[in-house]
Amino acid sequence: MMLYSLLALAYAFLYLPIVVMIVFSFNASNLVTVWGGFSTKWYGELLHDQKVLDAAWLSLKVAMTSATLSTVLGTLAAVALVRFHRFTGRTLFTGMVTAPLVMPEVITGLALLLLFVAMEHAFGWPAGRSMTTIVIAHTTFSLSFVTVVVRSRLAQMDASLEEAAMDLGARPLRVFMTITLPLIMPALLAGWLLAFTLSIDDVVISAFVSGPGATPLPIVIFSKVRLGVNPEINALATIVVALVGIAMAIAGRVALGREQSRRV
Amino acid sequence: MASPAPRFPWTDPNAAPLIRFEGVSKRFGDFVAVERVDLAIHRGEFFSLLGASGCGKTTLLRMLAGFETPSDGKIFIDGIDMTAIPPYERPVNMMFQSYALFPHMTVAGNIAFGLKQNSLPKPVIADKVKAVLDMVQMGKFADRKPHQLSGGQRQRVALARCLVKEPKVLLLDEPLAALDKKLREQTQLELVNIQDRIGITFVMVTHDQGEAMTMSSRIGVMNAGVIQQVGTPVEIYEYPGSRFVADFIGAANMFEGTVTVDLPDHVTTTCPELEHDLTIAHGDPVTVGTPVTVMVRPEKMAISRDKPAEGLNWAKGSIADIAYLGDVSTYHVLLASGRKVQVLQTNLRHTNEQPLTWEDEVHLGWHPANALVLTR
Amino acid sequence: MSGRLGRFLVGLPAYAWLVAFFLIPFLIILKISLSEPAAGIPPYLPLWSHDEVENLRFHLAFGNYLSLFGDELYAFAYFNSIRIAGIATLGCLLIGYPAAYAIARSPAAWRQSLLLLVALPFWTSFLIRVYAWIGILKPEGLLNALLLWLGVISEPLQILQTDLAVIIGMTYSYLPFMVLPLYATLEKMDLSLLEAAADLGCRPFRAFLAVTLPLSMPGIVAGSLLVFIPAVGEYVIPDLLGGPDTLMIGKVLWAEFFDNRDWPVASAVAVAMLVLLVAPIMIIQNARAKAEGRKR
Repeated sequence: MMLYSLLALAYAFLYLPIVVMIVFSFNASNLVTVWGGFSTKWYGELLHDQKVLDAAWLSLKVAMTSATLSTVLGTLAAVALVRFHRFTGRTLFTGMVTAPLVMPEVITGLALLLLFVAMEHAFGWPAGRSMTTIVIAHTTFSLSFVTVVVRSRLAQMDASLEEAAMDLGARPLRVFMTITLPLIMPALLAGWLLAFTLSIDDVVISAFVSGPGATPLPIVIFSKVRLGVNPEINALATIVVALVGIAMAIAGRVALGREQSRRV
Repeated sequence: MASPAPRFPWTDPNAAPLIRFEGVSKRFGDFVAVERVDLAIHRGEFFSLLGASGCGKTTLLRMLAGFETPSDGKIFIDGIDMTAIPPYERPVNMMFQSYALFPHMTVAGNIAFGLKQNSLPKPVIADKVKAVLDMVQMGKFADRKPHQLSGGQRQRVALARCLVKEPKVLLLDEPLAALDKKLREQTQLELVNIQDRIGITFVMVTHDQGEAMTMSSRIGVMNAGVIQQVGTPVEIYEYPGSRFVADFIGAANMFEGTVTVDLPDHVTTTCPELEHDLTIAHGDPVTVGTPVTVMVRPEKMAISRDKPAEGLNWAKGSIADIAYLGDVSTYHVLLASGRKVQVLQTNLRHTNEQPLTWEDEVHLGWHPANALVLTR
Repeated sequence: MSGRLGRFLVGLPAYAWLVAFFLIPFLIILKISLSEPAAGIPPYLPLWSHDEVENLRFHLAFGNYLSLFGDELYAFAYFNSIRIAGIATLGCLLIGYPAAYAIARSPAAWRQSLLLLVALPFWTSFLIRVYAWIGILKPEGLLNALLLWLGVISEPLQILQTDLAVIIGMTYSYLPFMVLPLYATLEKMDLSLLEAAADLGCRPFRAFLAVTLPLSMPGIVAGSLLVFIPAVGEYVIPDLLGGPDTLMIGKVLWAEFFDNRDWPVASAVAVAMLVLLVAPIMIIQNARAKAEGRKR
């Protein structure tokens, strides 16, 4: 019983700050900690803040693109790691795939920016900091997370299914498209969602590789937050939390449905 | 029936049993795992609970160890009610099916673990650990970790870990299930020898009837949470008390029939599946007209081309299948009624001049004393 | 498409991508950390050049590293990072262990949902979750209001802009990283081991100390490293919740790069941070490789 009280406390610790923030996003008062009645005016103001809207749109584009790219690359990497046990540079490959998972963001960000500067210096591309550089940076670290998710799913998969397909005359590419891919699809979806979340949430790496012309939403929020608590940010944060909540609910429903149909 | 011998404590009505189950039931939600079990196990016994998986035997054992609490009824060990006593204060030790050796401790550490809980002085613990390791012939492996041992060695360590606590009762949950066949048979006899030497009461759960028959002083056959029959291996095999036990232990030919003659030393029954009436000298008390099952073990029947001698029960049929196992052969004989009967024959001679073969016409014969009437 | 060529084509894209955007950037950091700072774009001098007589000349500048050792500020930031990340790791362990234990021992049907509840905040914005604490911790914030109302304190505590706020923020942000690996080891623990301990006369709390705790050590190590490593390099949390004197190595790197525009020193700080984290990262990678190997 005491154990469950501790668990309840841990959940309170995890959720209370978010709840407080959501409540205060509906506060009519300018003062963040004094309740001045219910209001949705901060949501209205948010809708007229062109800078925020532009940043949100850019973040969405970056997250979609980098999540898709990293899902494709990460899936290929996972297949190579699980199915091919011996190839040149496997150790280096494994290291490079897993290192971004634990690499401090400031280092990754700095390293990528220095690369972009050097590349621009040497080849003239990429010209300055743009959506392109942000997408490349986000794809690089998301790729690792996708690989981990897909790899564990692939490793759990019954290898005899692929063997059965080959035994029945399907060539490797066809086996992958008709047997393997459908079976690991839930992992691909989970990986995509994870990559999307990581991208749309990233501050530090974006701060290094974004420029004046391309500022994603977290950077805008960060610069506002540094100036202190602001009810408009509460409103924005609430929208983000709500969107993530809805996305998770849908993903959960999809995963559950798939799991059930698999059992039949 | 089996002749009573005074050295078997369960035949002495005045002996106080070491373990007593009194109306013990265990329910998990709607599921009844164990139903109103009354059972007495005596000091020095090697008692086996035998049954298919899910029959409640393991639940019964776990209640004895204290890991499950009975929903109803009481369990006594040495006359003391165990209901409120937690597992760590019970005078019993359990050898787990998985062995449950602590993976982060050495063999010696595992064995010393239980003694440390009794706060024994260190030199005493060391002596006891060494002695028990020698007894199970694992002295050389004291500093190994469990994952460095073979299955058989782990089994010995698990046994030693229990024995060193000198419990009143040692509980064994499928102790040999993880071993391969040859090692299992060897270990069966070893376990019996150890039990003989130290005299601790063993209660074992197993689904393997050969194992139960080989090792036990008595067997409790369980089905669907109920103990069907308790008896020595001979009693259980030769005189099963019910159709279930007859069918579960070994192979049996069973014929449904009705009693036509009831005399003190035998009964006569008619069975629709057999042409001739049967004479049977053993079984449950019956009266004329009682519907009964007649049970004959396959090895108790003789098979030959000739008609059996007068006074034997007999039937006629043709051989449908032969399973040749080397030492013995099992013949499946098809009777005129369409009923198939199993007969087991020892292959006594190297070569048989005229071996029985498929579709041969044969006679089956068995003595009245080798059949049993069952009513339950 | 099969055989060697097929394999090559499957692995190539990700391999090439990682070499180009992960491996090479690190070599560049290493290179720039050895270069002399300069005023210009890029703000550093090349490592080698050809002079008039076509002699290759190297300009290796170890000065960037020397200044790291020489300046107390860097040393302080370095150790302060370890200290704050260490305390936050301990905080995560103290909250996360009972939580993971409770989830692992709850009815099997609940476990997935309870675990999801732990992981869910991770899916909402990290920045926003850190931001939420500003409103709670600041002098006129909710925590102080609550404590004042309860009469525990008579005037607001200065929590925001202290190391304590940073530790709270880190504990909060990284708690899921601690709970998940702990849960994984606690959940797969063979419960018959605890029954065996009880059977051998061991009371529940002693059985916890003698069996459960040592067996969950891999989870404790993995969880602690997963919290400690990112916490050491953390920038956002000390920047938002910490004060001007809350020096951490991530903040120093940021300041050198963005404020001082000293790219060589920023690179040297990054290399120094990597050296600090190399051992913990290797432990994590080895554990991961071992787990993969066992699965196969």
